[in-house]
Amino acid sequence: MGLNKDSMAMNAVDTGLVIRKRHETDKIIALGGSPNVGKSTVFNELCGSHQHTGNWAGKTVTSAQGYFEYHQNGYVCVDLPGCYSLMAHSAEEEVARDFICSDKADAVIIVCDATCLERCMSLVLQTLEITSKVVVCVNLMDEAAKKKIEINLGLLSKRLGVPVIGTAARSRDGLDRLMEAVHKIILSPENPTIRIPYSEFDDIASAVVSTSEDICDGAVTYEDKNYWKKESKIDQILTGKWTAFPIMFLALMGIFWLTITGANYPSQWLSTFLFWIEDQLTDFFHWMKVPGILTGMLIHGVYRVLAWVVSVMLPPMAIFFPLFTLLEDVGVLPRIAFNMDKCFKKCSACGKQALTMCMGFGCNAAGVVGCRIIDSPRERLIAILTNNFVPCNGRFPTLITIISMFFIGTAAGAGKTILSAGIMTLFIVLSIAITFLTSKLLSKTVLKGIPSSFTLELPPYRKPQIGRVVVRSIFDRTLFVLGRAVSVAAPAGLIIWLMANIVIGDKTVLLHCSDFLDPFGRLLGMDGVILLAFILGFPANEIVIPIMIMTYMAEGSILDIGNLTVLRQLFIDNGWTWITAISVMLFSMMHWPCSTTCLTIKKETQSVKWTLLSVLIPTATGMLICSLFAAVAKAIV
Amino acid sequence: MNHIGMLSDLGEGQKAIVSAVDYPEESMRRRLQDLGLIKGTEVICIRKSPLGDPVAYQIRGAIIALRVEDSSCIRIMYSEEM
Repeated sequence: MGLNKDSMAMNAVDTGLVIRKRHETDKIIALGGSPNVGKSTVFNELCGSHQHTGNWAGKTVTSAQGYFEYHQNGYVCVDLPGCYSLMAHSAEEEVARDFICSDKADAVIIVCDATCLERCMSLVLQTLEITSKVVVCVNLMDEAAKKKIEINLGLLSKRLGVPVIGTAARSRDGLDRLMEAVHKIILSPENPTIRIPYSEFDDIASAVVSTSEDICDGAVTYEDKNYWKKESKIDQILTGKWTAFPIMFLALMGIFWLTITGANYPSQWLSTFLFWIEDQLTDFFHWMKVPGILTGMLIHGVYRVLAWVVSVMLPPMAIFFPLFTLLEDVGVLPRIAFNMDKCFKKCSACGKQALTMCMGFGCNAAGVVGCRIIDSPRERLIAILTNNFVPCNGRFPTLITIISMFFIGTAAGAGKTILSAGIMTLFIVLSIAITFLTSKLLSKTVLKGIPSSFTLELPPYRKPQIGRVVVRSIFDRTLFVLGRAVSVAAPAGLIIWLMANIVIGDKTVLLHCSDFLDPFGRLLGMDGVILLAFILGFPANEIVIPIMIMTYMAEGSILDIGNLTVLRQLFIDNGWTWITAISVMLFSMMHWPCSTTCLTIKKETQSVKWTLLSVLIPTATGMLICSLFAAVAKAIV
Repeated sequence: MNHIGMLSDLGEGQKAIVSAVDYPEESMRRRLQDLGLIKGTEVICIRKSPLGDPVAYQIRGAIIALRVEDSSCIRIMYSEEM
């Protein structure tokens, strides 16, 4: 489950699987396998699509389908959620089992991890009990070779009675052989395969595991019995008693530092460029003798907000997303969950919530869908209800802009950017602390219960495919998020412009609204305009700061906005102090989820009550904390 | 010399053989079995998390972290020297 355009858009919520064939003769292939064996990579390489891949179990929680042709035959490939067995104890296992049992598939490919083949064998055996049209794909052969694990594919195939193909999907190695085998098995009649001798055992599970052991015995040889010890050197640091937390903190800070430093100049270039275009457009409109009202609406309304969204949002996103994806690809996220699980247990929550929070950094809607990896319904609800406390990528630039403006100054020295990264990290730590607190409160009140058992897999580290990660994360994540922001920003710009130019009574509609909200905003340490911006930013948090700028400018006289210094002056002229700045940052972290997230929560929980609660909890927390902070700060000053 | 105990007793780097999975809750027992944790399986305690819980075990080639509450439901046999 990643943050690509499918998971972040509304189709993140799968509404049952409908197979889309292009021709009657197209064959359907189901792609099954245990979690984290490279199933999505096989899928992507076969279908030429770009399902998001990441190195952690449970990444794919919805079924995707793709289409491809091989030797003039059309195939529809269905990527099933990863599962260890078909005995269905979780939602995704049920999806996988139902699909394989439904007989819809003409062939089933079961993807196995060559580095721990024996464990993957249970799923193969269970699938073979349903159908013999199975091709076993032993993936990650390159990893296995590195670990000096030797696999006798021929012997496995003989023992199982179905083709066994070795692949290294990341380099497309073996995929032709895989398709050749699939093609053959679809044409061939049902044939006898291995049977599990249940009668010799007390229970089904033991029978399956023992049979797996027998099958792999002699076919899989480990030359280097202690291969895992090398891995543990990295883990000793990343999950070490004294090093784990400082390293996580420093890594977070490092990411923010790179984002802030790297985004500084491109942001200024972009805004200079985009506002130069604005001038050209204005001239062009004059030359075309376009009526002034239309020029105002389109250029000062729509275009200006768009320009702000792009110049403020694009650079930090284009840096943050690839960095984050790299960490995900290497396999760091499960280690974070491992380190933090005890804190979650203390809150009667699930350690996998750490994974969903990490996804929330990218997009809260994706984080909410990702909560499906949590088995206990109670713990899943806690994770869903608190996910919004983690500031998503739409809110980072807001936080970064305010930090740069009010706490650092705009000059970019190394010391200053490190300081701003530090402040940012502290805010993130605060958001994590609030998440824990709320989780604890929830598990003591409406979601009472004891922590349920859980298993967390720590996958081997994998070398990330840097080039591919950068390209994919920019195209799939960054441009998608930006596209959404832009599509929301355009109408918002129009609304603001209309509100600022329609006069009712003695003042503009905009002033009526912000005056109405003002006392309330002041109570929270902000003002009416800011509150209005947060309300209008409901469809996408990215547009909150641009709306503020637009609103202030609609009433002020500053026309030249090139860089943060001028912007800062604009804010200060409108009564901003450091108290306002911190209040805005706090409120940005703690307010209602954006509309996409709300809809996703509704679909995931199937309940209006929980959706309302998920809006209410962060909003109430934010209001409480902001008003407390404002009261205390004002009393001190 | 052979000891009988629970998986949670195992120290870092120690090996053991599972003798029974006494998990009271059906779904979790099944999940552990899916991971290959049945009678006779060899487990190695790899590493404790920085806060002491959960603990990572090597089970049939994969590294799986279990909470103390869960690992104390798994009976094992181990010898000091291993």
